Amino acid sequence: MSPNDPLMTSLALDVAHLFAGGLVVVSFMLLYQDRMTAVINIFALHALVVSLSVAWQAAIQDAPHLYITAAIALVVKAVVIPLALHRIVMRLGIHRTIEPVVGTGLTMLAGIGLVALSIMVMLPITQQAGTLAREDLSFALSVILLGLLLMISRRNAVSQVIGFMSIENGLILAATAAKGMPLVVEISVAFSILVALIVIGIFLFRIRERFETVTSTCSTSTAGNSRERHLAAAGSGPRCRAACADRR
Amino acid sequence: MLDALVQLVEMLVVLLFAPLLVGYVRKVKALLVGRRGPPLLQPYRDLLRLLRKEVVLAHSASWVFRVTPYLVFAATWVAAALVPTFATGLLFSYAADMIAIVALLGSARFMLALAGLDVGTSFGGIGSSREMMIASLAEPAMLMVVFTLSLLAGSTQLSSIAAFMQGDVGLRVSLALALLALGMVAIAENGRIPVDNPATHLELTMVHEAMILEYSGRHLAMIELASHIKLLLYLSIIGCVFAPWHIAVSGQGSTAYLTGLVVYVGKLAAGGFLLAVFETAIAKMRVFRYSDFLGAALMLGLLATLLRFVSRVT
Repeated sequence: MSPNDPLMTSLALDVAHLFAGGLVVVSFMLLYQDRMTAVINIFALHALVVSLSVAWQAAIQDAPHLYITAAIALVVKAVVIPLALHRIVMRLGIHRTIEPVVGTGLTMLAGIGLVALSIMVMLPITQQAGTLAREDLSFALSVILLGLLLMISRRNAVSQVIGFMSIENGLILAATAAKGMPLVVEISVAFSILVALIVIGIFLFRIRERFETVTSTCSTSTAGNSRERHLAAAGSGPRCRAACADRR
Repeated sequence: MLDALVQLVEMLVVLLFAPLLVGYVRKVKALLVGRRGPPLLQPYRDLLRLLRKEVVLAHSASWVFRVTPYLVFAATWVAAALVPTFATGLLFSYAADMIAIVALLGSARFMLALAGLDVGTSFGGIGSSREMMIASLAEPAMLMVVFTLSLLAGSTQLSSIAAFMQGDVGLRVSLALALLALGMVAIAENGRIPVDNPATHLELTMVHEAMILEYSGRHLAMIELASHIKLLLYLSIIGCVFAPWHIAVSGQGSTAYLTGLVVYVGKLAAGGFLLAVFETAIAKMRVFRYSDFLGAALMLGLLATLLRFVSRVT
C-alpha cells in the first residue's frame, strides 16, 4: 500500500478514526456495566481495541516500534491483567457488586458532557496539527476523562483500578496519534502499570484484612449486615466501624 | 408516471413480504433451538383466519377502540411506503422525509396506547404505560440517528440519504454509532427479545401484547399486519441506509429494478437471520432496565452526532 495513494490514505484515516471512536464507545460500555466480571471483560476489550488501534497506526505511520507497544498492550492489558483481576475479584467474592455512586443514566449523561467538552477543548487548540492527530487527541482526552469519571463514580476499589487503567489506554492513544513517545517510555509505562496492578492487588487484600471490605466508604450493600455484626463483635477496623456506626 | 408505478409496486411488496419476513424469523429461531418450527407461510394463514373470524367487542369499548386498528395499519403502511426498499425516487418521498416516518410511527403508537386504555382493563393500562415509557426514550434516540444521517447526507429525505450512501462515504465513526443506535431502537420499537417477547402473550412483562389483549377478528388482523410491516420497515431503513447496494435509481432500466428487488430480498433474509440469532442468544431484560438499554441507544445517537463534528469533512 503506497502512502501517496489518496483513496488508501483516506481509508487508513477512516480505520484509525474508527478504532479511536470505538475506544470511546468501549469506555462508555465500562460505565454502563453492572457486574464486576462484565466490567473486567469490557476492560479486556478496551485494551484489545487500543492494541488494534496502535497496530494500525504502526502500519500507516510505518513505525515498527509501535508494534511492540501494541503487543505489550495486547498481552499485558488484554490478557494478564484481566485474568489477575478476575482472580482477585473471585477471591474477594465481589464479582456481582459494582456499587455506583449515582445511577447509570446520570453517569452516562456526564460522560456525554465530558466527550463534548474534550471535543470543544481539543479542536480549537490543535488547528495546526494533522487531521489524524487532532481527531485522535480529542478522542484520547475523552477516554482519559471517562476513565476519571469511572474512578469517581464507583465506590469499589477494583472498578477504580480499572478506571485508572483505562486512563492509561487513553494516554497510549494520545501518544501514538502524536507520533511521539519513545519506546523506552512506553515500555516503562506498561511495566509501571503492571507493578501498579500488583501493588494495588496486595493493597486490596490488605484493605480487606484491615477493614473487612473493599468499598471505599464502607457501604453496607452486599452481605453487609453479617459483616457489620461480625465487625462489631470482633471490634476490628476502627475507621470502618466508625463509618458504619455513622450510617446507623 | 414511472415513479407512481414504482411506488405502487413498492407498497405491494412491503405488504406482501412483511408476514413472510416474520414467518422466516420465527422459522430461523425455531431451527436455532432445535425445533422444526411453523411453516414459512403460517403468518398469512393466521391473518386470513383472523379476517374470517367474528369481532368480539368489550362492552366498555368506545369508537376509539374500533377505529384504532385501521389507523395504526394505515399510518404504518404509509410510513413503510416512504422507505426506499428496492428503488429510490419514490413518488411519496418528495412529500415526506425521515422525520415524517418517525412522526407517523409515533402517531400509530399513540392510537394503540389510547386503545389499550380505552377498554379499561388493567393489562391494557399497564401495556400502554410501558409502551409510552419505551417511546419516550426510543423516539429521541431515533431522532438523533436521523439528525446524524441528515448532517452527513445534507438531507432528511431517505431517498437522498440512500443515494448519498451509495457514493464514496468511507468508514465513519458516526455511522457506526448510528447503526448501533438504530439497531437498538429497532429492537425496542418492534418489541423484540431483550425488551419484549413477541412469542408469548402470557407474561407479566409483556408490552405490545398487553395493549392488544382485547382485540379479536379483523381488528387483530390489522394490528398484527401493522406490526409485521413495522419490522420490515425498520429492516428496510437499516438496509437502505447502511447497505445501500443495488438500490435502483429512478431512470434506470427494468433490469436494475429486478436486481434491486432480488438484492432487497437477500438483505431482508440476512437482516432477519441476524435478528433471529441475536434473539436466540440473549435473555429478556427486566422492565426496570429498559431505561438503561434505551438510554444507551440515546447516548450512542448523541455521540454519533457529536463525533460527526470531529470527523473528516469532505
